[in-house]
Amino acid sequence: MSASPQTVQKSGAAGSAIFAGSDSRKYNYYEPKARKATHYEDMTVDVQPDPERYLLQDWIISFPDGTPTYSKTWTKALSSNWHQFRAVDQEWERTHYQRQSTICGMVQGVIENARKSGAPKRFDAAWVKVLQDHLGAYKHAEFGLGTSLMQAQRYGYTQMINNATLTNSSYKLRFSQDLTLYLSEIGMDLGNFDHTAGKTHWLEDPIWQGTRRAIEAIMGATDYLEQYLATNLVFEPLVGELFRSGFIMQMAASQGDFATPSVVAAAEADYERNLANTVELAHMLTHDKEHGAHNTKLFNGWIAHHGALAKEAAANLQPIWSQPRVKVSSFDDAQERAHNRIQTICSQVGLKAP
Amino acid sequence: MSETLTLNKIVNQKGISTAEAANRVSDLGWTPSYVQEAMTFPTDYKISRVPRDPMKQVLRSYFPMQEEKDNRVYGALDAALRGDMFRNVEPRWVEWMKLFLAIIPFPEISAARSMAMVGRLAPGEELRTGFTMQMVDEFRHSTIQMNLKKWYMENYIDPAGFDITEAAFGKCYATTIGRQFAEGFLTGDAITAANIYLTVVAETAFTNTLFVAMPSEAARNGDYALPTVFLSVQSDESRHIGNGHSMLMAMIHDPSNHQLLERDLKYAFWQNHAIVDAAIGTFIEYGTTNRDKNKESYAELWHRWIYEDYYRTYMLPLEKYGIKIHHDDVAEAWDRIVKKNYVHKTAQFFSVGWSFNFWRIEAQTEKDFEWFEHKYPGWYAEFGDYWKWYAKLSKPGEKVIAFNSDVGYVYPHRCWSCMVPCLIREDFCCDEVDGKVYTYCSEGCRWTHKVAFAAEYEGRATPAMGRFSGRREWEECYHGWDHADALVDLGFVRSDGKTLVPQPHLRFEQKDMWTLDHVRGNTLGSPLRAFRALKPGAERDAAVAEYRKGFTINPCN
Ligand SMILES: [Fe+2]
Ligand SMILES: [Fe+2]
Ligand SMILES: [Zn+2]
Repeated sequence: MSASPQTVQKSGAAGSAIFAGSDSRKYNYYEPKARKATHYEDMTVDVQPDPERYLLQDWIISFPDGTPTYSKTWTKALSSNWHQFRAVDQEWERTHYQRQSTICGMVQGVIENARKSGAPKRFDAAWVKVLQDHLGAYKHAEFGLGTSLMQAQRYGYTQMINNATLTNSSYKLRFSQDLTLYLSEIGMDLGNFDHTAGKTHWLEDPIWQGTRRAIEAIMGATDYLEQYLATNLVFEPLVGELFRSGFIMQMAASQGDFATPSVVAAAEADYERNLANTVELAHMLTHDKEHGAHNTKLFNGWIAHHGALAKEAAANLQPIWSQPRVKVSSFDDAQERAHNRIQTICSQVGLKAP
Repeated sequence: MSETLTLNKIVNQKGISTAEAANRVSDLGWTPSYVQEAMTFPTDYKISRVPRDPMKQVLRSYFPMQEEKDNRVYGALDAALRGDMFRNVEPRWVEWMKLFLAIIPFPEISAARSMAMVGRLAPGEELRTGFTMQMVDEFRHSTIQMNLKKWYMENYIDPAGFDITEAAFGKCYATTIGRQFAEGFLTGDAITAANIYLTVVAETAFTNTLFVAMPSEAARNGDYALPTVFLSVQSDESRHIGNGHSMLMAMIHDPSNHQLLERDLKYAFWQNHAIVDAAIGTFIEYGTTNRDKNKESYAELWHRWIYEDYYRTYMLPLEKYGIKIHHDDVAEAWDRIVKKNYVHKTAQFFSVGWSFNFWRIEAQTEKDFEWFEHKYPGWYAEFGDYWKWYAKLSKPGEKVIAFNSDVGYVYPHRCWSCMVPCLIREDFCCDEVDGKVYTYCSEGCRWTHKVAFAAEYEGRATPAMGRFSGRREWEECYHGWDHADALVDLGFVRSDGKTLVPQPHLRFEQKDMWTLDHVRGNTLGSPLRAFRALKPGAERDAAVAEYRKGFTINPCN
C-alpha cells in the first residue's frame, strides 16, 4: 500500500496500486433492474449478444435464407426492449443445481422411506391402478413439455429469456423422470404392477387423448413464445395443476398413499417459479408502450387456441375422478379451482382467460 | 444421508438398476400423431439409425453429482482468497483472462442452445437424457465462467477490461474470432453445427487444449482459480463426446452421408485449428511467465491431444466405414504450428494491435527468448527484434507500434473464414464468391467459404447449409476513423475518460499509462477495401505475390 517509487510493486491483488480504473469492480455495461445488480444479472445479462447492444460486426453466420444466428422473427410478439426481462427466480447454474439436487434427494428419500415402511402395499388396490395407468400416462405430458421447452430455449432473443426457458425445461424433464422412477420403484413392491401401462394409456386411452393432443399442439408450435406461454399460462393451470393438485394431491391420502403427494409437490413448487417467470415476461410484453396492443391480441389468440384444447383435455380426464374407491373431491370442484386460477393468471397480465 | 444408506443396506431394499432406470426414462418419448413437430432446424444428413446412449444416466443421479462438483469449485475459490492468491498471481497471465473469459461463456451457452437442434433430430429418445444433461451442463459452464470473471474483477489489481466484458466481447476483433467458433455451433445445417462441428470436433479434439492445458499453465502462474473451474468444466465433456459419437454412429452407416461427413470433418477441423490454436496457443506460450524447459510446449501438447488422441485414435478408425479422412490438413496444421510459427505470429499480431484491445500485453523478455529458442529453434532470428521494439515502444509518448514504420511490421489482411489475420504470408490467397473478392489465411479457409458454406457441394444440393454473413472484416468497421475516436467508440477507455484500458506493459502507475492523446492522429483503414480496389489480373496478382514475400523486422538497438 505504501509502496515508495523505489520499491517494485509485486502484488497482483486489488488495491495494491491506485490508477485510472483501479476501483472499477462492477460489470458496467448494463442497467440493473433494481438499483443494485444481482448476481443472477451479472451471470446472465448480455452473454447472448445483440447487434443492438455492442455487436459491432453483426451476426457472422446465417441460415441459408439469410436469417442470422438469433432473430426477432422467431416469435410474432414484438418488444420495444427485449433486454428488459429478468427471471423472477434469478436462477444461474449454482442455484439451479442446488434446487434440483435438493428435490432429487427429497424424492429419493420419499421412495426409500415409503418402501422401507411397506407403504406401497397399504395403498388401496384401485388407487394402485390409478397410479399405474393415469399417473403413468401423465408423466408423458410432463416429458412433452420438457422437450418442447428444450426446443424453445434456442430461439429467444435474450440470454435471460432463453435461460428461463432452459431451466423450465430442466425442471419438466426431471419431474417426468421422477415420476417414471417413482412408479418403477414402488411397482417393485406391488406384485403385478405394469410399468408399461402408463404409456399405453397415454397413446390409446380416450381419457388421455385430449391431453396428448394439447401437448402435441404445444410441441408442434413453431413460435417459441407460444410454446412457453401455452405451457405456463394455459396447460399448467387447466390440465397440469388440475391433475396434480386437483386429483393426485387431493385423493392420495384417503387411499392410504402418503408418498405420491410428496413427489408431486415438487412439481407444484417448480411450477410456481416458472409461472412467476412467465407472468413477468408476458406482463412486460402486454404492457409494452409500443406493442402492448399487438401482443395482447396475439397472446389472446394463443390462449384461446390452446385454451380450447386444454379445456377439452380436462373434460376428458373427468372419469378418473370416479376411479378411486374413496371419493373425497369432485372433478367439478377441481375444475372450478383451475378456472379461477387461470382467471387470476390472465388478469395479472391483462389477457382474456379462455 | 449415510445413515439412510446404511439402513437401506440392512433391510436390503433393492432399487431399480441404473441401466433399467435409463431404459424406462428413454421410453418417455413417443411419435406425435395429432400435431407434427416442425423440423425448424433442418439438416441435409439422413439419420437412419436410433442413436444409442452409452452413458446410461438419469437426472436423479446427475443433479446431485453436479451440485457436489460445484461445491468443490466454490470452496476452492474461497480457499484461494484466504490463501491470498492474488498477492502472488502473475498479472501477465490474468490480463489474458480478460480476453479468454470475455469469449468463452458465449460458446458455452451456444452449445446449450444447440442441444435443441440435435434433440429433435435424433430418432428415438435414448439420447434425450444425454442431450438434456449437456444442455444443463453448458448452462453451468457459461454461468460458472461469468462467475470466475467477476471474481477476478473483484480481486485482481487491474479490473479494467473485466468490468466491460460483454460489451468488449461484442466489439473487439479478437472476440469476434471466438464468436465464429460459437456461432458455428448453432447456425446452419443442424448436424454440421451441433454434431460434427461442436461435438465431434470442438469437444472431442480441442477441449483438452482449452480446459486441461490452460489450467496447467494457470497454476504455473499462481492462478489456482482457473484450474478449479475449468477442470470441473472438462469433467462434463466425456458425456458430451459420448453424445456426439452416438449421433455420428447413427449416420455413418448410410453412405449417402459420407460426402457431407467428409466436408464437415474437414471444415470443422480447419476452423478449430485456425481459431483455437491461435488463441489458446498464445495464452499458453505468451501469457505465461514460467519458462521451465521441461514443460511441454503448445506444439508438444497439440501432438499429444490433437494428433495422437484425436487424429490417430478417434478419426482414423472412421476410415473403416468408408470415410475419407483429411490427412493432408492434419499434416498442414502441424506444419503451421511447428514450421510456420502460427502461434508466434498470432501473439505478435495481438501485441501489434495492443492499442485496439481491452487487456494489457507486456513485452517478452530475455528469459522468454531463451525458452522460445529452446522449444522453437530459429525463433529468435524471426521474433527477437520485434519484441525488443515492443518493449522500447511501450512507453507513452512513443509512436504506437501499429502505426510505427520504424519497426518494419506490415499490418496483415484478414481471413474471411476464420477471421484471424493472414499471418502466414506464404499461405495467403484470395478468391471470388458471388462476384466479390475475399482474402484468406490459407487454402483451407478459402475452401471453407467458397466450397463448404454454399448451396451445393460437389454437385449435391445442400439446402440446409449456413452462410457467412456480417461485417467479418473488423478493420472495415473503423475505416477512415481516428485511432482515438475508434477507442472511444469501442469503449476501451477507463473511468477517467482518457486513460486507455489496454496498455503495452504491466506498470500500474498512472504516469506510465497511455491515454487517448498518445494515439490520436493515426487513421485506421481496411486492408480488404484496398485489395478490392486493385484491378483483377496483373495488379492483384502482383499484390498477392508481394504479400506472400512477407516483411522483415528492422534491427532494434
Ligand atoms: Fe461446455
Ligand atoms: Fe461441452
Ligand atoms: Zn483463415
